[in-house]
Amino acid sequence: MVGYVGRRLLQLIPVLLGMAFIVFMMIRAIPGNPAQVILGQQATPEAVAAMNEKLGLDKPWYSQFFHYLGGILKGDLGQSMRTRLPVADEIWPHLAATLELAIFAIIIAVVIGMNAGIISAWFQNSWFDYTAMILALVGVSMPIFWLGLLGQWGIAIELGWLPTSGREEVRDPVHAITHLYVIDTILQGRFDQLGQVLRHLVLPGFALATIPMAIIARMTRSSMLEVMRSDYIRTARAKGQKMFWVVYKHALKNAIIPVLTVIGLQMGMLLGGAILTETIFAWPGIGRYIYEAINFRDYPVIQSGILVVAFIFVMINLVVDLLYGLIDARIKYD
Amino acid sequence: MKKKRILSLSFVMLLGLSMILAACGSGGSEGGNSSSGKGSSILVFGRGGDSTSLDPSRVTEGETFKVTVNLFETLLNFGEEDTTIQPGLAEKWDTSDDGLTYTFHLREGVKFHDGTDFNADAVVKNFDRWANGDADKFPYYSSMFGGFKGDEEHVIDSVTAQDEKTVVIKLKRPQAPFLKNIAMSMFAIASPTAFEQGDDQFERNPVGTGPFKFVDWKANDTITIEKFEDYWQKGLPKLDKVVFKSIPDNSARLNALIKGEIDLADGINPADGEKIESNDDLQLIERPSMNVGYLGLTVTRPPFDKKEVRQALNYAIDKETIINSFFEGRANIAKNPMPPSISGYNDDIEAYEYNPEKAKELLAEAGLADGFEMELWAMPVPRPYMPDGKKVAEVIQSNLADIGVKAKIVSYEWATYLDKASKGEADAFMLGWTGDNGDADNFLYVLLDEDNIGSNNYTYFKNDEMHDLFIKAQTEVDEEKRNEYYRQAQEIIHDEAPWVPIAHSTPLLAAKKGLTGFKPHPTGSDMLLNVEVK
Repeated sequence: MVGYVGRRLLQLIPVLLGMAFIVFMMIRAIPGNPAQVILGQQATPEAVAAMNEKLGLDKPWYSQFFHYLGGILKGDLGQSMRTRLPVADEIWPHLAATLELAIFAIIIAVVIGMNAGIISAWFQNSWFDYTAMILALVGVSMPIFWLGLLGQWGIAIELGWLPTSGREEVRDPVHAITHLYVIDTILQGRFDQLGQVLRHLVLPGFALATIPMAIIARMTRSSMLEVMRSDYIRTARAKGQKMFWVVYKHALKNAIIPVLTVIGLQMGMLLGGAILTETIFAWPGIGRYIYEAINFRDYPVIQSGILVVAFIFVMINLVVDLLYGLIDARIKYD
Repeated sequence: MKKKRILSLSFVMLLGLSMILAACGSGGSEGGNSSSGKGSSILVFGRGGDSTSLDPSRVTEGETFKVTVNLFETLLNFGEEDTTIQPGLAEKWDTSDDGLTYTFHLREGVKFHDGTDFNADAVVKNFDRWANGDADKFPYYSSMFGGFKGDEEHVIDSVTAQDEKTVVIKLKRPQAPFLKNIAMSMFAIASPTAFEQGDDQFERNPVGTGPFKFVDWKANDTITIEKFEDYWQKGLPKLDKVVFKSIPDNSARLNALIKGEIDLADGINPADGEKIESNDDLQLIERPSMNVGYLGLTVTRPPFDKKEVRQALNYAIDKETIINSFFEGRANIAKNPMPPSISGYNDDIEAYEYNPEKAKELLAEAGLADGFEMELWAMPVPRPYMPDGKKVAEVIQSNLADIGVKAKIVSYEWATYLDKASKGEADAFMLGWTGDNGDADNFLYVLLDEDNIGSNNYTYFKNDEMHDLFIKAQTEVDEEKRNEYYRQAQEIIHDEAPWVPIAHSTPLLAAKKGLTGFKPHPTGSDMLLNVEVK
């Protein structure tokens, strides 16, 4: 087990190196000069030249790349060209905002998606099955932009149930400690604020959860259908065991492996791919952080931001692989 | 039987979930509608983006100035709703007859937020800080004052403290817009005690003399500032706190305003104007226009090297339809590269009317009776001067088709677009400009002079006579003579037609009804000194 984890961690090195190299080359292949973008339309050519030199952009690409790699190895993610702050300092509040939202969304997606999938498989071809699967199809194809604005209009404005956007009530801001506001408010005993923070999570959380929820529901259903036809399930039913336990205990345990893979992948996607949700709901997350860096050609932020997201993505997959072993005794790592 | 029970169970569970959500909602919905219960007045100002820095001298970007104009003050101010010169930290000022010496008499009893006294010494230290910097550190300083200490083009010869409350600035040569430059928000006077601790930490902990002081900054989310109790104008500001909140999407920002989560929203789509006017809880606010949206024609790319072709395009494009359809009428047709509010505007110029027949004749004169093919670059991002680049491009495309010109619409991501256009790679491209200091030089010279080819003169237009006029105007202190130079320059530009000027738009803001005392400024940086929220 330890050996396996060690090997997997070692495999990370070439993956991340390759990733760093591809991102590095890609952002330099797109036109647009960071110095010009940062200094704005008003900047003189001298100012742009001075900025280029200061940022080291006048050096050949390989020298820039090795300089960057050297920094990474020392744990230095570089400095934002635009805000002049270390990326390492800037990235955590954004990453925390996204983590909080993504975890909330994945919980919604798993709870609703898996149950919908299980029930659909259990009552295959019932009205529930048809409705759930049509909803799942709609969910996968729903543009988040539209869904988000619709939610703001319908649920926040017309019904007045929830706030339209943001992470907190701006007139009573959360004092950030860990930048995970759910935890921060609990640490400070501000349960009134915790309620506010949770309310702010609901709309963007559901918007973000739509697609994973639909995918998880469909995956669970097909995986369950397969297991439900197997012999041991028939035996369990023949024994007269309650159908609920047959489904949720015996069948689910064997059906969950592919679902788990999908959940892991979706969680990774949510971390990096929440830009639309973050834009519509004014969520100061990592997607918007990297997106804005792309607009400003802020090379260190793009490079390190993507590297960090990639790292988390790979780690989630590792955790998922290890979970297989815990759930299914037939899977062993050595 | 069992099946049915479980089905209904799951249905009940779904129902339960939605009820919990609803309960959650009604529990605390009061919080969103009024300012917090502590009796303090808070303004939440929603805008599209976050600031880059809170040191105005180090950036060129508007989102920073929106905040810093309330934290810092300048020696001179612009008028409340225009760019006339008004007293600021300097109560009075004298200009010598040769236009080389400016004497500023500073206000008494002003303090920085950190308790440091505001005096002549502080002003000198600020100018020294900028003059000893470089283009990477203080990019705007070099654009406005011709460089840094030691550079030949640097306009400022010396800045000295004559006594505690008098500052004398000597110039090497007259600079006509000098006072306007001094009033720009980037040349705000900062506390020397604070910036002497390091430029980089100062950007995150700004200290000025303004009506508000800095409290907190959550990146890409909120910037909070609060009332400065020792502000020199007693009784001001009226607000206790201001929160600048970034909501990137225009529709989402309007939603937040309707819900009452924010009190004031910048960057309203023209298409939403009517919806706001018909809402009893909201008010629509128009920002005085100081911009221009245009179609630039790159004069180095045939057939746009021919004047007749450029004029033909001016006749071919139906600006009125564009303004009515995409600016919802909230714009004026442009005939010059700068808006009429700017001194030196030439109103005698006769606009090119919409006349496809005339355009065809001109094309025939240029030997292109059968038309030609071209690329038409559509702006990928909405800006106040061009709310919907792609749709405007479609109108232009069909206008051009009427005179036999086949235009292919292309677009790139914004930074790429600007980069390629500045290299002269576009045949015809849409772009615009919002003025910084309300001076003609800030439009005409910056956008069309040969000195700015490769930076802001994207058309590569060059004209010696016009260049001479611009250079003369820059050092001419007699306002009337100076305006005459600019009027002549506009005639040349009109005849040579490197642009098709399209619109001077009125940017829109919206606020809740109870907001009073807000005066939107044409530069886009709004002072919140007199604002009240009820």
